[in-house]
Amino acid sequence: MTSTNIRRSPARFSIPKLTYRVWKVWHRNFDVFMKTIKVNFLPSLLEPILYLLAFGYGLGGFIQNIGGQPYINFIAPALVAIAVMNGAFFECTFGSFVRMYYQKTFDAIVATPVSVEEVVAGELLWGATRATINATIVLIVIAVFGLIASPLFLLVPLIAFFGGLMFASIAMCFTALAPDIDFFNYPSFLFVTPMLFLSGTFFPLTSLPSAAQATAMGVLPLTHIVNIARGVVAGHTEAILGLNPQMLLPISIAWIVLVTIFFFIVSINLMKKRLTG
Amino acid sequence: MSSQEVLIEAHGLTKKFDDFTAVDHIDFKVYKGECVGFLGPNGAGKTTTVRMMYCFLPPTSGELKLAGLSVNKQCREIKSIVGVAPQEENLDPDFTVTKNLTVYARYFDIPKDEALKRANEQLKFFQLEEKREVPIAALSTGMKRRLIFARALLNQPQILLLDEPTTGLDPQARHLAWDEVRNLKKKQVTIILTTHYMDEAAVLCDRILIMDRGKIIEEGKPAELVRKHIGEEVLEVDYDEKLLPTLKEAFPDARFERLGDRMQIFTDKPHGVFEGFLKEHSMQNVTIRTANLEDVFLKLTGRGLREE
Repeated sequence: MTSTNIRRSPARFSIPKLTYRVWKVWHRNFDVFMKTIKVNFLPSLLEPILYLLAFGYGLGGFIQNIGGQPYINFIAPALVAIAVMNGAFFECTFGSFVRMYYQKTFDAIVATPVSVEEVVAGELLWGATRATINATIVLIVIAVFGLIASPLFLLVPLIAFFGGLMFASIAMCFTALAPDIDFFNYPSFLFVTPMLFLSGTFFPLTSLPSAAQATAMGVLPLTHIVNIARGVVAGHTEAILGLNPQMLLPISIAWIVLVTIFFFIVSINLMKKRLTG
Repeated sequence: MSSQEVLIEAHGLTKKFDDFTAVDHIDFKVYKGECVGFLGPNGAGKTTTVRMMYCFLPPTSGELKLAGLSVNKQCREIKSIVGVAPQEENLDPDFTVTKNLTVYARYFDIPKDEALKRANEQLKFFQLEEKREVPIAALSTGMKRRLIFARALLNQPQILLLDEPTTGLDPQARHLAWDEVRNLKKKQVTIILTTHYMDEAAVLCDRILIMDRGKIIEEGKPAELVRKHIGEEVLEVDYDEKLLPTLKEAFPDARFERLGDRMQIFTDKPHGVFEGFLKEHSMQNVTIRTANLEDVFLKLTGRGLREE
């Protein structure tokens, strides 16, 4: 046993080194998306319409105004936020896993000058892009329904991109750890589905006890996207935990930035470990 | 070899997966323009070695350099001059045949027009022109292997890594692949080839490295290895215990191997030695054949064979 030339594992935790080649991976996914664009658009167009009809008009008729606005106006920004979450999360769990595990697409790419880190980063940026596309479609739908109250709605694509990057990065951690594709049932049902309902989406968080409000603010990423979306689309936010809107928005933005940076780095490292051993 | 420029060099190269050592302190050199075959049974460490060459797997320890570039530090540079045809089919099922090549070329920063030009050249050579716009799923196994080979050449590599390039190919496609290897050798492309087909290795490779259990157990030119380990000719007869003493008496220096109900007798004596023996003794089901690389392979790595 010679110990002189035993190096430390090169897969140790590090800040990923990325170049413009990240966009080549993004571009690959974009090309596939464009090829199947009709199939891609339909669900993201239909879903918000169904939500608006069922919850907004159907259920909304039985519900009194929330904060002085009709129920349908209350849920419209949340639909944008949900599109961000679903778009990025499913792209970087099921989508990335299929490319990695079944199609061996990553294996093919890393034989070229593109690095493993860049492949994963490209996937994350693509997940964020899917979130942006989906959110923009929902935005158009709610605009057609006349549910936009603030010119700040133009910021939605930007918010969707960064919120999408956050969900993509979280999703990619699950992908790095997934032994098989069925594994994604766990994060879908234990993480995404509860968030869908408990992040101030379909009812105000302020109607919950403050411990629940604090939990939603502390650990549910969707809450923060809902907060910001409501701020820029409806022009006001809930007073969660008694915070005034001037405070809530910066808190939510800071939360998203920190969590995104954290999971962006962690997910790339976990994937690198999985792919290079 | 006309030039003796070392293009690939490994020292004490080791790869461990948890407590399994797939590649165990191997040393080798490959010279520019050479075609070197890595042979070995499944699990010998061939593919792991190849994967370390294109930075797919980082070595656990040791040195590995390609064109003077270290796989520990200069992966990007290495990967830009290396072409890889992996064992596993990893074509992009989301794209057509042509798009597979152009998207792959994009990873190498090859401009769009140039990429399309090179893609068309390769598709023509590998007789895939009619499949240009066909999705990958509609290709046969042989066509997929050819497309993987074609894809490995897009960046006009100095070093080509072919991991079992002809597995699953019909003879026609196999000869097409061989022709391309010979073509590339003429262009001074350095080629690393792993294969289970000994005839392929004998025909294509200037030099052979035989691996077993993570180590290189023998290396040399195909013909030299055959002469060194086997000799000129092999006599094959039905196994018969009564015959054994006669044969051993006639060929005291020969090596006897039993393979099921057949027996092989290897001798390093020159041609014709068995013929004389057969004139005096009548036997059934006798074959005299030229010794080949497969004999070497089985002698060095073979299990289940028994020295009598």
